[in-house]
Amino acid sequence: MSGKAILALVDGTVYRGEAFGAETTAFGEIIFITSMTGYQEMLTDPSFAGQIVVPTYPLIGNYGINPDDVESAKIQVRGFVLREYCPVPSNRRSEGTLEDYLKEANIPGLSGIDTRSLTRHIRSKGVMMGILTSDLTSGEALHELKQLPDYGDTDFVREVSIANAFEWEGGQKRQTYRYNMVIVDMGLRFNIARILSRLGCRVTVVPCTFSSQEILAMQPDGVVLSPGPGNPALLDYAIENIKGLLGKKPVLGICLGHQLIGRAFGADTFKLKFGHRGANHPVCDLATGKVHITSQNHGYAIDADTLKGGLQVSHINLNDGTIEGLRHSSMPIISIQYHAEGSPGPQDNTYIFDRFLQMVSEVKG
Amino acid sequence: MAGLSKVLVIGSGPIIIGQAAEFDYAGAQACKSLREEGITTVLVNSNPATIMTDEGIADIVYIEPLTVEVVERIIERERPEGLLPTLGGQTGLNLAVELADTGILDKYNVRMLGTPLETIKKAEERSLFKQLILEIGEPIPESVTVNTVGEAREFALSIGLPLIVRPSYTLGGTGGGIVHTMAELEATVENGLASSMSHQVLVERCLLGWKEIEYEVMRDAADNCITICNMENIDPMGVHTGDSIVVAPSQTLTDKEYQMLRSASLKIIRALRIEGGCNIQFALTPGPVVARKWAPDQLNADGSQYYIIEVNPRVSRSSALASKATGYPIARVAAKIAAGKRLDEIPNRVTGKTMAVFEPALDYCVIKIPRWPFDKFAGGDRTLGSQMKATGEVMAIERCFEAGLQKAVRSLEIGRRSLLWEDKSWSDADGHINYPLHANDMRLWALMAALRRKMDPEQLAEQTGIDPWFLHKMSNIVKLEQRLLSEDLNPELLWQAKRLGFSDEQISTLGDMLPDQVRQLRNRWNIKPVYKMVDTCAAEFDAETPYFYSTYEVENEAESLTGSKAVVIGSGPIRIGQGIEFDYCSVHSAWALKEAGYKSIMVNSNPETVSTDFDTSDRLYFEPLDGESVLDILENENSKLLVSAFTPSVLQFGGQTAINLAASLSRNNSPILGSNAEIIDLAEDRRRFEDFLNHQGIPQPPGTGVTTISQGQEVARTLGYPVLVRPSYVLGGRGMEITQNQEELTRYMEQALELDERHPILIDKYFEGKEVEVDAVSDGTDVLIPGIMEHIERTGVHSGDSIAVYPAAGLSKDEANTLVDYTVRTGLALGIKGLMNIQFVIMRGNSGEQSSIYMLEVNPRASRTIPFISKVTGVPMVRIATKVMLGISLREQGYKTGLYGKKALVGVKAPVFSMSKLTGVDTYLSPEMKSTGEVMGIDLTYEAALAKALIAAGLMLPSQGALLFSIADKNKAEALPIIRGFYDLGYQIYATRGTADMIKEHDMDVKAISRKLNEGHPNIVEIIGSGSVVGVVNTVTGGRIPLQDGFHIRRASTERRIPCFTSLDTAGAVLKVLSQGSQSYNVKPLSQYLGS
Repeated sequence: MSGKAILALVDGTVYRGEAFGAETTAFGEIIFITSMTGYQEMLTDPSFAGQIVVPTYPLIGNYGINPDDVESAKIQVRGFVLREYCPVPSNRRSEGTLEDYLKEANIPGLSGIDTRSLTRHIRSKGVMMGILTSDLTSGEALHELKQLPDYGDTDFVREVSIANAFEWEGGQKRQTYRYNMVIVDMGLRFNIARILSRLGCRVTVVPCTFSSQEILAMQPDGVVLSPGPGNPALLDYAIENIKGLLGKKPVLGICLGHQLIGRAFGADTFKLKFGHRGANHPVCDLATGKVHITSQNHGYAIDADTLKGGLQVSHINLNDGTIEGLRHSSMPIISIQYHAEGSPGPQDNTYIFDRFLQMVSEVKG
Repeated sequence: MAGLSKVLVIGSGPIIIGQAAEFDYAGAQACKSLREEGITTVLVNSNPATIMTDEGIADIVYIEPLTVEVVERIIERERPEGLLPTLGGQTGLNLAVELADTGILDKYNVRMLGTPLETIKKAEERSLFKQLILEIGEPIPESVTVNTVGEAREFALSIGLPLIVRPSYTLGGTGGGIVHTMAELEATVENGLASSMSHQVLVERCLLGWKEIEYEVMRDAADNCITICNMENIDPMGVHTGDSIVVAPSQTLTDKEYQMLRSASLKIIRALRIEGGCNIQFALTPGPVVARKWAPDQLNADGSQYYIIEVNPRVSRSSALASKATGYPIARVAAKIAAGKRLDEIPNRVTGKTMAVFEPALDYCVIKIPRWPFDKFAGGDRTLGSQMKATGEVMAIERCFEAGLQKAVRSLEIGRRSLLWEDKSWSDADGHINYPLHANDMRLWALMAALRRKMDPEQLAEQTGIDPWFLHKMSNIVKLEQRLLSEDLNPELLWQAKRLGFSDEQISTLGDMLPDQVRQLRNRWNIKPVYKMVDTCAAEFDAETPYFYSTYEVENEAESLTGSKAVVIGSGPIRIGQGIEFDYCSVHSAWALKEAGYKSIMVNSNPETVSTDFDTSDRLYFEPLDGESVLDILENENSKLLVSAFTPSVLQFGGQTAINLAASLSRNNSPILGSNAEIIDLAEDRRRFEDFLNHQGIPQPPGTGVTTISQGQEVARTLGYPVLVRPSYVLGGRGMEITQNQEELTRYMEQALELDERHPILIDKYFEGKEVEVDAVSDGTDVLIPGIMEHIERTGVHSGDSIAVYPAAGLSKDEANTLVDYTVRTGLALGIKGLMNIQFVIMRGNSGEQSSIYMLEVNPRASRTIPFISKVTGVPMVRIATKVMLGISLREQGYKTGLYGKKALVGVKAPVFSMSKLTGVDTYLSPEMKSTGEVMGIDLTYEAALAKALIAAGLMLPSQGALLFSIADKNKAEALPIIRGFYDLGYQIYATRGTADMIKEHDMDVKAISRKLNEGHPNIVEIIGSGSVVGVVNTVTGGRIPLQDGFHIRRASTERRIPCFTSLDTAGAVLKVLSQGSQSYNVKPLSQYLGS
């Protein structure tokens, strides 16, 4: 960690700091996240594909890197931008530094910049494309940016989804399982599989390109549509498959999965100015009137005015009133915009999985 | 919640160690919050130096002792429907429990709000707590609740030592401790049983060296739960959290660990059914480096293990810290929840857009450092453990840990001690070094010194139990120190140094420059701090909180306020000699500025206070109160470069802290509102002030400054003993002593000169007379004196430790006139604009002779007595003074020169001490201030007011029992009538040998304690310890060599928690109250005494 690096935004704003991690160039949508812990989970969250992530908490790297706190098989972010990187971590589970972790994955980092100023910039101007580089001058970087495709026009789901179906083996092996669960991987966070497995489910993860026939042929008791990155309007192929499942099997949609259920019933999605990314968003469960603190990571949301096809709002965000959950009036379908699996973030919402399994059990009889 | 229209709020009483200004902050916030809901608030508190007891906070204010009897009378009179017990600290909680247990709440149909009684009991009574936690499947250290020492022994034999001992229902861990031997165990358990209200003590497995993590949690009646903040104690388990250096949020926890403890917190608050806030403390497995020494059984354990250590079902010092650290107003929200609101119905006033149901996201790092009183009590036991010893704390906010730590150290105001400070005694002449790395108040500096000597951070971590993360950060500071020492300063290096929190002064020390030169370089290279907002949401939402901290970054968010404005300099951490009174004054000044159409800008570093509540002023800078930081803030506020448009500062209300900035501000052309730097210097510079008084013809005790022992002996001989000696370089009575003879003087001077041979020692004639003090406000034309306060103790006892009485009934008309004349003349001749406080001694000759009045000192600022005198006279001194400073004359405000009309009431201010918490500190009253807080008794007669003050201060004797007298020869004659008085009231008299002889000679029955400490058993300390006496009167023999019997007598009564009077005047006052039988006092709202 020694060289200089810059972050150039498409609107011409340039931040200068020190390079850490891989000394290379990366571009992506610049987004900020307000969770104070969980950088390793953030780095490995497939929903961050195509994005350069800026944690608003200034001190990152403090507790190192360990083999367990991963949400996917690799680092998914394009770049990592910090106020301060900690080169000497301390934690009983730490086995390496954040810098080495990034280097091994050839992901560049930038530290030493005024991340609060950057956050305020994004908050007021909206998310935008940027380049993180230790190779290019700011002029070159800005020029380069103009040539690059926009985040909203790229399908990242195909990039992050697995190639072949597999059975989740994270949990303890059981003789008998309560339910057979299929997760459609559009950017799966492992913790969803971990929780379902802990709840006694046999979990099979399938690629996002699996057809509904292929899924139904597996005779699942329920299907989970995973979270994932990017613009849900680009995923008609996935929506087609989902349509084939709706009403046939109990379905739980999480984050992108939730947005796609909405679209499958004809609702529109729209892009939020700077997204919801953090671990402190209050969500009201309209069924109970209770408020839960949720973990969130999404840049798109369902337009409430376009809901149709029997979908009803089950949860709302108390900060801005956006839809946080849906249920269907007659079919066994529920969905949430936030991350009931937390990781990073609160574990207050695992009741959603219980609710889903209850629905599965009712259908199964 | 239907039908809730009147609520009683119990305050926390006087400031003592473990219970400081945080409860004024919480109580004031809660009262305002309840009033917003249309609820009438009735407040009771015995502490006059609080904002909560002022008009405009609660609807009905009682300044009365916090006893069951008094509160029952208030309930009977006011008939509130609800009682909010969770805002008055442990005092309020204990009192509420007593009110419930004695059936008073049921009798008057008063509902306990916020936290149910069973919950308080479950959280506070160890056995119930343990049972509950085990029921919900959460881990708790193995423990046993005992009522006898024997049971404790048995447990120790089964699980081994060390163990930790915690008494139930006490303040700040009073009486507990970590014990390493059976003997320690027995002694601590015995002491703990004595101090526990429920005579219970918990003995549990010792988790020394484990990480200590706290969570602040809130819950509403609909079972919505959130956490506000977590905090990591840098000092591991073993040091009371009030004595730990704390960082927020946690730094070394992964998300898994963070969420594990968070989930446990929510589970606990739900199980306890708390409606409001609570604080939960956890022990968490240490990292491998620390575990090697402290928890070897955890080295190979899977994952992290935790234990629940403690739950406080109320707002606390930690919740105040969390509120200031996050911007989330916990007490305010807790009060709304108690009134029946849900979290999602309460707006987040910080963003104005979101609701209170969210968890703050921080984008900075907060560091709290306790402020210990060992600069005053150097001889005390400085070891830190489970007994809290700090009187206050400071907080700093920064974007990195190193800078936050350095800023917090600057805020401590221990002299000008930065992290560079090292004690000379740590290394001897041979270069052997011995850093005090055990838990003690100097450990932070010792660690820095060790790192400077190339000790390995990991090794230090293993030795101390402090996580290596913190030590590596500290070594980053050391590395930059070394660069500053060896490299030429350039813009890049200076920028880096400022980013790591080095002050200009530190940089100048290391770079061999003057601090002003560093400032000039910063100006030249444009290296200036920016100010960032504390907004609860890490900039995710646009917020409008006017709450800022400085940092060296790119973007400045605090654009200078437009319009007329002034900066109020606060008073920093609560310490002995500079307490909550000054925060009271700062807050009132900010309000007065607003009233006069000015924007008020507050600067302070103390997280416990009302002044640092973000809605007290128009803008808050949470910053150290030194020249660099204040000048930077002023520059930020000076939108124009025109000197005439510079933002002025108000220095009169922040105690000596603010006054000390006068010279530096003045040098930088920064305007000061009210009395200017020249006036302040004239009043504070001894020689100039002496000339001034001579010129005015106002007498003062003769004296002079000396620099050698022989000079001192010469001067003292001329003046005649006793003489008052003090170093010239410390203020606030520090290091002041009365010496009776040449031997004592010589000993004092030897010690003082050893510490500092450059500055003179001041020797004054000591007049043992009646001490009186006045506060006054002057506008340059008129001088208003709201009242004269007479001290019960004669001179020689620090005014802060004296009982003060208003009005001064014991003065003759001539004396009062002279005091007024001297005060008015001094105020006008000095040119005071604003407040001043003057202390006088009155020497009375034989009958018929006129008394002589000497002026002892003038303080050109608000004094400790301002809240008291404002409350008892109804004259709002700070408001008047602030307006005077803005150019609104006293006449325009409706006041005139001279003594304000006496009220038909009596107010008595009594000091409160925290000596039971400070082992090894001598408790006798002296010119050096020792009290931590004060109470007020107000009533229609002197006896009733005095009785209430004594009750509230814990100085009242039970109406019967035995008293022990140990009186120095020089006081024996004077003591006789007092002893006689108690004897006649039916008290049994115990006395030490000489005193007993005298008593016998005067035909009173006395039980002589013949054995001195080293003369077998039972000796005098054992008599006190056994509970045979209910009070002690002991006067100091002089010499004051520690280990004398007198010291042990005083400490023993402190440990036993019985009153020990070291001034015959105090004992006489108690006797007077007892003999007049004036236990019959009024209980009325303050406004009724004042007749409004």
